[in-house]
Amino acid sequence: MVATVTSLGRSGLHDWIIQRVSALIMLAYTLYLAYFVISTGDVTFAAWQGLFASTFMKVFSLLALGSVVMHAWIGLWIVSTDYMPKLAIRMVFQVLVIVMCLALMIWGIQILWSI
Amino acid sequence: MKFSIYRYNPETDKKPYMQEFDLDIPEGSDMMLLDALLELKDQDATLAFRRSCREGVCGSDGFSINGKNGLACITPISSLKSPVVVRPLPGLPVIRDLVVDMAQFYKQYEKIKPYLIANDEPPAKERLQSPEERAKLDGLYECILCACCSTSCPSFWWNPDKFVGPSGLLQAYRFLIDSRDTQTDERLADLDDAYSVFRCRGIMNCVDVCPKGLNPTQAIGHIRSMLLKRGV
Repeated sequence: MVATVTSLGRSGLHDWIIQRVSALIMLAYTLYLAYFVISTGDVTFAAWQGLFASTFMKVFSLLALGSVVMHAWIGLWIVSTDYMPKLAIRMVFQVLVIVMCLALMIWGIQILWSI
Repeated sequence: MKFSIYRYNPETDKKPYMQEFDLDIPEGSDMMLLDALLELKDQDATLAFRRSCREGVCGSDGFSINGKNGLACITPISSLKSPVVVRPLPGLPVIRDLVVDMAQFYKQYEKIKPYLIANDEPPAKERLQSPEERAKLDGLYECILCACCSTSCPSFWWNPDKFVGPSGLLQAYRFLIDSRDTQTDERLADLDDAYSVFRCRGIMNCVDVCPKGLNPTQAIGHIRSMLLKRGV
């Protein structure tokens, strides 16, 4: 058993399952957005704002944003543990990624709820 | 046929270099690479490499042969393109020439407790298995620990101290599905971290090089399923 403290999940399986579920949510969100753009034809500001005004879209967008953040945290954490053997560099990188992920999440909530 | 062999003696050489050899091999010869290496050793007695059974059972002569890991004793010369480039197994410290330090590899093997643990009442005679239960061990018990797979795996190169590696995980699964072993849950608990199993990215280098034709990637998939069943 290898101990880790900067990973998102509490076990290897935890990270693994979050990575897969978040990927599915991002895929669904991308397809939904693509469907909207194609079916709307002329994407005006009003149409775009209307889309994001619904509670469904706000929840879906937040879910997608949360997925991006978790996916990035896990993925970049893995990349850093593979390719950054120097402890100082790895730690600074991991902290930066985590802080940025959390900041993006908060920023995203603020933007979505202001519409 | 031309050969280019990795040479390094830490006591006399500042850094490793490639030594060129020439060997007359008759057309259509059924010689193995190990036979050729032995003849090269006649030309230059300082060339160091491991070998023992010379028939693909002991797993001593694993090298990087023309860029792909394999056992020299069961690699026909006729299957190789000249010049034949032989290097030590990648990712492990070189002791001398083609001899590598396998300590890290064995440490991972030791970690998965490669022996049967049965804490139930010992039967009068022996622990029996049905033919079906025994068949589950096929494709797993044949591993000879030559390290060709683990040393072809980038995840093992980057984290040899944390990722168990394809060979160790194949062995881990061999005991996880053994019907006589009672420690399945403890074994799985030991593997459920971000490195031991999950550092496998499924690129299947291990399957590509295994001289015994085994499939560590599949075994790792089975371990993942067992972890999933246990944790969901």
